[in-house]
Amino acid sequence: MMSATGGARRRSGTAVGLGLATLYLSLVVLVPLATVAWRSTSHGTDSFWHSVTTPEALAALRLTMGAAAIVVVVNVVMGSLIAWILVRDDFIGKRLVDTLIDLPFALPTIVAGLVLVSLYGPTSPLGINLAYARSGVLVALLFTTLPFVVRTVQPVLLEMDGEMEQAAASLGASRLTIFRRIVLPNLYPGIAAGAALAFARASSEFGATVLISGNIPFKTQVASVHIFGLIESDNATGAAAVSTVLLVIALLVLLALDVAQRWAVRRG
Amino acid sequence: MRIVAFGYLGLLLVLPLGLVGLRTFEHGVSPVLHALSQPNAVHALQVTVVIAVIAVIGNTVFGVGVAVLIVRHTFPGKRLFSALVDLPLAVSPVVTGLALILVYGPTTSLGAWLGRHGVHVIFALPGMVLATIFVSLPLVVREIVPVLEEIGTDQEQAAWTLGASARQAFSRVTLPAIRWALAYGVVLTLARGLGEYGAVAVVSGRLVGKTQTANLFVEERFQNFDQPSAYAMAFVLASIAVTVLLAINLLRPADEA
Repeated sequence: MMSATGGARRRSGTAVGLGLATLYLSLVVLVPLATVAWRSTSHGTDSFWHSVTTPEALAALRLTMGAAAIVVVVNVVMGSLIAWILVRDDFIGKRLVDTLIDLPFALPTIVAGLVLVSLYGPTSPLGINLAYARSGVLVALLFTTLPFVVRTVQPVLLEMDGEMEQAAASLGASRLTIFRRIVLPNLYPGIAAGAALAFARASSEFGATVLISGNIPFKTQVASVHIFGLIESDNATGAAAVSTVLLVIALLVLLALDVAQRWAVRRG
Repeated sequence: MRIVAFGYLGLLLVLPLGLVGLRTFEHGVSPVLHALSQPNAVHALQVTVVIAVIAVIGNTVFGVGVAVLIVRHTFPGKRLFSALVDLPLAVSPVVTGLALILVYGPTTSLGAWLGRHGVHVIFALPGMVLATIFVSLPLVVREIVPVLEEIGTDQEQAAWTLGASARQAFSRVTLPAIRWALAYGVVLTLARGLGEYGAVAVVSGRLVGKTQTANLFVEERFQNFDQPSAYAMAFVLASIAVTVLLAINLLRPADEA
């Protein structure tokens, strides 16, 4: 048991620590982000709507959301598959592949962009040129978001020891039934978490898409790059408006994830 | 199934990375060394390292403190506080840059006031440090929180009953228990700090030889058709990334043991 004075010191320590942490967080993150939201409506809501509904902004937002959605679907399938192979399969160099999965997190995004341009750009040794095309944007986003679903599904698979699957098999369930009724339901929370993180990342990515996309308005310009252009042309209010839309979407996705996870926990 | 997964990883990860190595050294080693010894390249690397180190120090102190607060203490609004710490992960780097400009930029009242006192934040090093701290803020916290939750308070309480002060209990009991998670978080923060492009691009003003980081150097050289320099710097950054990966790989099993 703690002594009374120790408890009091602990409480005042909490207050001081919390105050300092909040100050740090506010100066770097909260005040700046709040300023973006405030600035976006500083010329009234009409100008906000005007900024986010210019043809260029709409095209950029539509491309960003569409690309992020496709990226999520591909990641859910390929990420789960890779996680499955890393946990249930045995092959030489498994540890190396497992390490490699995190490469997109460690590699600077602009280097990732350069790497992809060298393979899928105009001088591609494979003869595949995706530069200045929407498919190039997709490849860049698939690269940067690759680890999310793998890393959220992998621990769940590791924890499932196969007993349930064996029980189902002994009761005569086919492999497809086992996968659909036993494995997949267990993976849903992991897949959902990975998908939400991948969506948030894909919808906000900038560095990796800059070089390969060529940033052609209405064609390959994603929302981040559109905002960058607005900042460069000194249209801070317009940039703030489109930024606010991106922020709100990212927050909604993460909120949905939080709600879904708590629902899953309560459901057991 | 295995072939599909390997094919996907090969096309997306291995081939592109290998190709950068090939492109970098296609004319031998000396052009690479020459490209990297240009004053602008050297300066860019120095700026990058300085920024990353400051960000690591700031976020490590913040990260350990906040993780202890979240796990070991109760206070109103704790859930909200914890969610706000994770917020930077959901923000586009460009939005980060814009947000900092709107608060600390030369045309804002705070920025102008700081400018009159000789502190220039935007288009200078402090802004680039702030941007880097922003994007890497949650990394240390997120690594330490689960470990602190798992180890519980038994040993800390034992230390207290034996008369240890709060500081002794932290440095002799808590810190050794979280050291691998802390190391992992620091390595992740360092990697992110060395690799940030978007947020730094917005706040730096991209002044060659002044506020240009290694990542900005890659982009600027590439756009100016100086591919050898771009690839040489990209190779340096990629090598750092691979080293970081190996370090993480070494730290992870120790963490699980």
